[in-house]
Amino acid sequence: MDSISTGLMEAFRLILTLDSDLVEIVLLSLQVTVTAVAIASLIGLPLGAWLVVNRFRFRRLTISVLNALMGLPPVVVGLFVYLMLSRSGPFGVLGLLFTPTAMIIAQVIIVMPLIASISHQTIRDLWAEYHDLLISLNASHAQRIKVLLWDGRRALITAVLAGFGRAIGEVGAIMIVGGNIDHATRVLTTSIALETSKGNFAFAMGLGIILITVAIAVNLAIHTISKTERASTW
Amino acid sequence: MKLPFNFWHATVAALFIATSAQAAEIKVAVTTSFYNSGLSDLLLPVIKDDLDLDVQLIVVGTGQALRLGKAGDVDAILVHSRKAEDTFLAGGFGTHRRKIMYNDFVFIGPVSDPAVLAKASSASDAMQRIKATASSFASRGDDSGTYKKELSLWVAAGVAADDLSTNWYHAAGAGMGATLNVASGMNAYVLSDRASWLNFGNKGDLELLYAGDPTLFNQYAYIPVNPELHPHVKTDLALALETWLVGPKAEELIANYRINGELLFTFNAVRN
Amino acid sequence: MVGGTTILPLELSGVIARVRGKQLLGPIDLTIGATGLTVVMGPNGAGKTTLLRVMHGLRRISGGTVNWAVEDGAARRKQAFVFQSPIMMRRRVIDSIAFPLILHGMDRKSAKIRAEDWAIRVGLGHVLQDWAPMISGGEKQKLAVARALISAPEILFLDEPCANLDGRSTREIEAVLKQAEHAGTRIVMATHNLGQARRLASDVIFVHGGKILEITPADRFFNEAKTPQAKAFVQGDIVE
Ligand SMILES: Nc1ncnc2c1ncn2[C@@H]1O[C@H](COP(=O)(O)OP(=O)(O)OP(=O)(O)O)[C@@H](O)[C@H]1O
Ligand SMILES: [Mg+2]
Repeated sequence: MDSISTGLMEAFRLILTLDSDLVEIVLLSLQVTVTAVAIASLIGLPLGAWLVVNRFRFRRLTISVLNALMGLPPVVVGLFVYLMLSRSGPFGVLGLLFTPTAMIIAQVIIVMPLIASISHQTIRDLWAEYHDLLISLNASHAQRIKVLLWDGRRALITAVLAGFGRAIGEVGAIMIVGGNIDHATRVLTTSIALETSKGNFAFAMGLGIILITVAIAVNLAIHTISKTERASTW
Repeated sequence: MKLPFNFWHATVAALFIATSAQAAEIKVAVTTSFYNSGLSDLLLPVIKDDLDLDVQLIVVGTGQALRLGKAGDVDAILVHSRKAEDTFLAGGFGTHRRKIMYNDFVFIGPVSDPAVLAKASSASDAMQRIKATASSFASRGDDSGTYKKELSLWVAAGVAADDLSTNWYHAAGAGMGATLNVASGMNAYVLSDRASWLNFGNKGDLELLYAGDPTLFNQYAYIPVNPELHPHVKTDLALALETWLVGPKAEELIANYRINGELLFTFNAVRN
Repeated sequence: MVGGTTILPLELSGVIARVRGKQLLGPIDLTIGATGLTVVMGPNGAGKTTLLRVMHGLRRISGGTVNWAVEDGAARRKQAFVFQSPIMMRRRVIDSIAFPLILHGMDRKSAKIRAEDWAIRVGLGHVLQDWAPMISGGEKQKLAVARALISAPEILFLDEPCANLDGRSTREIEAVLKQAEHAGTRIVMATHNLGQARRLASDVIFVHGGKILEITPADRFFNEAKTPQAKAFVQGDIVE
């Protein structure tokens, strides 16, 4: 297809000229997504571990709800956050609609269940391994969660990166709550949607290629930092 | 779990940057057709220079723009659907309506032109020709001013709503660009605002077949949101922007704005 | 003895352990006094692991009582357990050994100094910085012993700690256990190794079919066991 090859060339052109608008858009994409994933991880990782080490009445139900929330269409989340943040909604006074903060809130809601659910599965296996030792050493619940998260960190990176992947490629929710405002809330995905709607397929493809490149770069960077690829480690 | 202090620091900082407001900014809901014209790219930097004002455009359909205004989520709206605007004002959601400019709607269709729209005598005639030949027609089918215009044209042409639930009428339920993409993919006729058409990058076998009937004129109006309902709206800034939009500098820029050499807008604001 | 009140003796009376209606153990009546090195013996599936876990509080009991001289929470902090298949944390050897100390509030630096000392005592000086799950099976068991002894427990349960060790390593561990015993640690250990039992035991608990058939001073057990099952076991015959 013609648009795909021109898209590649467009992507190269955009990268080589270091188009200032593009840089702004990429940075905002990263800022929103990284912040959202960081917050979602802060909630989701301990939640996943907490669900493993605690036996309580609605545990199975909670896990089922988390798993179901993973399948929530982002547009529905967007609509929900929009209604919450709208001036006529309960949190309207905060004036957060159409700001990057609103986009972060929506993305946290979208990726938190995913991160919690994947980390729950990961931690469950590790807990089966560590259970006797931690009980024997009389570790408190908080200590169990801490140890499981720390020792499971390499596997948990997968959960975080899955969250990152879902967030960076998300368009439905952030379009609604961010408004795709130029120089304010425009990110890579909303730009792609916009350019596609304008029939600028090559440009849209170019942005798509940049999106993928950014996502791969972040994944590689995280893996390098965490040294997962080093053969000598776990 | 222990992460370097710097990481949290950066995260908190990022959040803070995300929430902290910039100098003077105003949110205006505008229609897709206006945005797609590219005129805003020309106007906004000049407004920024003149008024030191960041105009943030929320690009949506007319219906959504009006809803944002009603909810107080924007400070002003710029739309093109007279009836809906009047209802909006009657409900007390806006302070007043200010005409700014108009452009026009155009009939786009396949080069082969099976309905011979090129020979149409009026907008109504064009609609009837499409219906008579049962040629594929792509409609916005959303909540936009363009869709409302299209529906009123069908009524004026004597085509009943029932006649539109046929296999040649395709409601895209999407914005102008997406609908043009549909038309391009199906080689269908489509009603578009001229600006979206001229800026559209995926024309394929489509071309402009009919335009010029005065009923196709498309009046843009600016309505500030009523601060009595929403005390937080920036009425001062909305009025400053209005004054600028109807001023001589805006007239100069709007009236001379061209895409591919074609003039697009007729400035018709009345200054007081 | 590490000072303060002692958690011993440990008293089990009428203890029964069941899994889904199936009785695995009991009823057990047993007292573990303040001194000695008790060896738990019996054929595979006899209930040795189950008994040790019941004493340590890792397995819930379906009947009877397990009582320490102090309340359970305080007692738990003065016990340690070496599992039949050693649990290796995803950490370096030195960090794994230091783990119980750090968990209970010691600062990292002092904990590591003591961990290094213990690693050397059990013969792990050469793998200090290796990843614990990667070391050999025998090294893992040594690690587990060091990790159990580092917090100077009042009582130490070991579930076949030398199962994967060669003769030399077995002797090294035995020496460490003897030292611990002299330092006042009560030891209860399951083993199949008759030679080891003869070398270490002060008394023997013989378990068979979930029941304790004999509780005897070691020399009496090896020379004049009362039950036919124990006799057969001591002679290395198949126990029916
Ligand atoms: N969770 C469980 N569910 C079902 N059966 C169990 C469970 N735990 C132990 N058993 C059974 O209880 C019996 C005693 O097991 P235990 O592990 O105590 O034996 P053991 O004396 O330690 O044997 P080995 O010398 O092989 O380690 C066995 O028959 C075992 O299959
Ligand atoms: Mg066993």
